[in-house]
Amino acid sequence: MELGPYILLASLEGAVTAAVLALTAVGLALVFGVMRVVNIAHGEFFMLGAVIAWWVAQTVGGHPAIGFAAALVIAPLAVGGIAAAADMTILKRLNYDPERTIVATIGLLYILQQLTLMTYGPEARPVEAPFNQRIALPWIEHGESGWQVIWPWGLGTTSYKLAVIGAACVVLAGVWLMMARSRLGLVMRATQADRDMALAFGIPVERVYALVFGMGAALAALAAVLIVPIQQAHYLMGADPLLLSFIVVIIGGLGSLPGTVLAAVLIGLSDGIISVFFSPTLAKIIATLLVGLVLVFRPEGLFGTRRR
Amino acid sequence: MSGAPLLSTRGLSKHFDGLQAVRDVDLDLAPGEARALIGPNGAGKTTLVGMICGRITPSAGRVMFDGADITPLPAHERIGLGMAYTFQITSVFHALPVRENLALAARRRLKGAAVQDAVERALARVGLPRDIGGQAAGNLSYGHQRLLELAMGLVQAPRLLILDEPTQGLSDSEIDGFKALIGELKGATTILLIEHNMSVVMDVADRITVLDGGTVLADGTPAEIHENAAVQAAYLGTG
Amino acid sequence: MSPETRRILALHGGLLLLLLGLQFVLPAYHHGNLARIMVLASYAIGYNILFGYTGLLSLGHALFFAAGMYGMALTIQYAGFSPAPALLAGLLAGLVVSAGLAMLALRTTGVAFMIVTLMFAQAGYLSILYFGEYTRGDEGFVIQTARRMLWGIDLSDPTNRYLAALLLFSVCLALSLWLVRAPFGRVLVAIRENEERVQMLGYDTHAHKLGAMIVSGTISALAGAVYGLLFGYAGASFASVQYSIFPLLWVLLGGAGTVLGPFLGTLFMFYLIDLSSGLTTAYMLIAGVALVVLTLFAPQGLAGELRRRLWGWLP
Repeated sequence: MELGPYILLASLEGAVTAAVLALTAVGLALVFGVMRVVNIAHGEFFMLGAVIAWWVAQTVGGHPAIGFAAALVIAPLAVGGIAAAADMTILKRLNYDPERTIVATIGLLYILQQLTLMTYGPEARPVEAPFNQRIALPWIEHGESGWQVIWPWGLGTTSYKLAVIGAACVVLAGVWLMMARSRLGLVMRATQADRDMALAFGIPVERVYALVFGMGAALAALAAVLIVPIQQAHYLMGADPLLLSFIVVIIGGLGSLPGTVLAAVLIGLSDGIISVFFSPTLAKIIATLLVGLVLVFRPEGLFGTRRR
Repeated sequence: MSGAPLLSTRGLSKHFDGLQAVRDVDLDLAPGEARALIGPNGAGKTTLVGMICGRITPSAGRVMFDGADITPLPAHERIGLGMAYTFQITSVFHALPVRENLALAARRRLKGAAVQDAVERALARVGLPRDIGGQAAGNLSYGHQRLLELAMGLVQAPRLLILDEPTQGLSDSEIDGFKALIGELKGATTILLIEHNMSVVMDVADRITVLDGGTVLADGTPAEIHENAAVQAAYLGTG
Repeated sequence: MSPETRRILALHGGLLLLLLGLQFVLPAYHHGNLARIMVLASYAIGYNILFGYTGLLSLGHALFFAAGMYGMALTIQYAGFSPAPALLAGLLAGLVVSAGLAMLALRTTGVAFMIVTLMFAQAGYLSILYFGEYTRGDEGFVIQTARRMLWGIDLSDPTNRYLAALLLFSVCLALSLWLVRAPFGRVLVAIRENEERVQMLGYDTHAHKLGAMIVSGTISALAGAVYGLLFGYAGASFASVQYSIFPLLWVLLGGAGTVLGPFLGTLFMFYLIDLSSGLTTAYMLIAGVALVVLTLFAPQGLAGELRRRLWGWLP
C-alpha cells in the first residue's frame, strides 16, 4: 500500500482510539473537575467494564447482539455502582484530601485488578461484535488515464468500528447536554464552583460526589464495552487507558470537558499516525515526558492553582 | 526624623485583577522607632506589609532596607537581612513542641547551646510559662499561640520587627504585658505594627500612619493623628 | 549526652545488634529474606526522607532505585567495572537523576508534584524497555557470580550477602537518624508542617526541598545498586510503577516520619506478601487492601502509633 491510503487507514483506526479515549478521559475529567479528585483507579474501572461485558455476553448467550446490548447497559451500571460505593466508603471518609485520596485510589487499583485476576483469571478473552461487515474504502489516484478511483487492497474498516465512533459521539453529546442543560448538570457545576456555597444552598454535596464518581467510572466502563469486541478483555488492560486519559485530561485543560474531547481526538488520531512512523514505546516515552513538562512549566492549570 | 531611615518604600503599589489594594505608598521608618499602621478593614495594611517582607510581589514601586534596594529579593533573604514577621493568623508549627518552634526561629543565627538560651529567654520575655515548652504548639490556648508567635519574632533578634495585629485575641492583662514589652524593645529594635486596638496604638507608637483605600491618608505623632479631622471621619469616627 | 539521646541510640543500636545476631541463627530461607528486606528497607529509608520528613509525596522513586541498579549493572556488564566503582557509578547516576528531577518537579506542589514524578518515572521505565538491546528490557540480565567479587569477598555467598545488606542498612539508618536530628532535618520537618512559615523565618525552603530530594533519591539509588549487586540481577520491573508504590506502602505501614518505620513496614509487608503469594497469584491484593486500610484508619503507621501511644521521644 502506498503512504496516502496507509495514512487514511491509520486515521480511521486513530478515530476509533480517539472515540474510546474521549469517553474514558471525559469520565476522569468529570471526576477531577467536580470533585478535585485524581482517580488512579480509573483504568481499572475501564478494565472492569470489559470483563463484565465478557461475562454478560457469556451468560446471556444467543445472538451476539443480544449479549452485547445487555453488556452495554449492565457493565456501566455495575461499574458505576462499585465506584459510587467506593466513594462513599473510602473517599468520603478521607474528606477528599488530595494526597490521601490518591494513595487510596492506588490501593483501589490493586484491589480491583487483583480480584479480577483471582476470579476472571489471567487469560485475554474476546467478546463477539454485534455486527461486523467489512467496508472497503476507495482511494483517488492519478493514473495513466487521469484521476481514477481505485480500491486498494487492505484499505477498509468495519461497520462496527464506525458504529463505535458514532456511539461515542452520541454519548459525549449526551454528557454535554446533561452538564449544560439539565438540573443535575447545574447542581454539579454549582458544586464544582464552590462546594461550601453549594452546601449552604442545600445541595446534597455528598450524594452529588458519589454520583459523579459513579458516572465517571461508568463512562470508562462504557468505553471498554465498546472496545472489547476489537480488543480482548484482560485484567491488566487498564494501564494504557489510564495513562492516555491522564495525558488527555492534562493537555485538555484539567477538567474542562470540551478541552478534554478535543485533546482526546488529537491524541487518538496522532497515536494512530505516529505509530506508523515511530515505535509505540518511543511514542509513549514522548507522551509521558510531555505530560510531565506541561505540568512543570504550565502550573497555572487547575492543579497549580490549588496551592497547599 | 533623625538619621537615615532603616526602611523606606517609594511608590509601592499592588493591584489584584484590577483591584487596587495599595497605591503609591511612601513610608520611612527611622531606626528604633515604633510605627503603627492603622486603617479600616480592607485598607491594604496586610498587603503593604506583605510587600515589605517579600510575601507579596509589588506591582510597582521599591522597598529599601538599610540603604539597599531589596525589591528583587525573595522573602527568606529579606528575613536574613534582619527583618522578622509575625503572622496575623497565628501560624505556629502545630505538631512541633513549643521549644522546637522557637529553636527553628533561633537557629538561623545561632548554634549549639546558644539556641537553648535564646529560646528560654524568649519564652520568659513574652511571659509564657516555662513548663509548656515541651507541649505541642497546637495544644496551646489561642492567646498563648499568639504569644508564641511573638516570641518567634523576638528570638530572631531582628532589626525590624513587623507585627500583624499581635494583640488580637489576647486578654487585658496579656495586652498590658505586650505594651510593656514593646516599650522595652523600642529604641533597640525598629517596630512596624498593624493594630486595631487604639489603646495599644496610642500607648506604644511613636508615629502613626493611617491607610485608607490603599493610600496614605495621614502620617504623624499619636497626638497629631488624634486631632486630624480626616482621620476622625475615615476611621476613628466609625471605629 | 541527654537521657533521650541515650535511649534513642540504645534502641536503634539494639536493632542493628539483633540483626547481626540473627545472622547466626536464622534458617536459610528467612536469612535470605532478611538480607533482601534490609536492602529494601534502605530504599524505604531514602523514600521516607522525602515523604515522611519533608512531606513531599513522590510516585516516582522507582526511577532513582533503577538509576542506581542500572548505573551499577550496565557499567559492570559493558564497561567491565569491578563492583566498587560500579556501586559508585550507581550512586552517581542516582545523584544526577534525582537532582535533575528535583529541579523540574519542585516547581510544582501537591497533586501536580505526584503526577510529575509519576510521569518522569514512567518515561524512565519505558526508556529501559526502549533500549532493550542493552538493558534486556523486562527480562533483565544476570550479573555473573565471577563479577560480583568485592575486594576478594564473594557477594553471592549468603553470609557475605547478609552482612553486606546489614552494612548498607546500618549506614542508611545512622544517616537518617543523624539527619533528622540535625538542623537541616528539623527544617525539613518544619517545611512539612508549614512551608510558608519556614520561609518567613528566613530559610530558603526551595533549597532545603531540593537537598531533601537529592539525599532521598541518592539513598534510594544506592539501595538499588546494592540490590542488583547482591542478588545478581537487573530488570526493568524494578523501574515500574509498582516499585514506586512499594516504598510508599512500606513507609505508610511502618510510620511516615519515623526512623524505624521504613524497616518495620518493609518487614511486615514483605512477609504479608510472601505468605499470600503462597496462596494466590494475586498477592498484590494485600498491597491494595493495606494501602486503603492504612490511609483510612492508621495514617500514622506502626512506629507512628508507637510514638503517639507509648514513646513520645521516638525520632
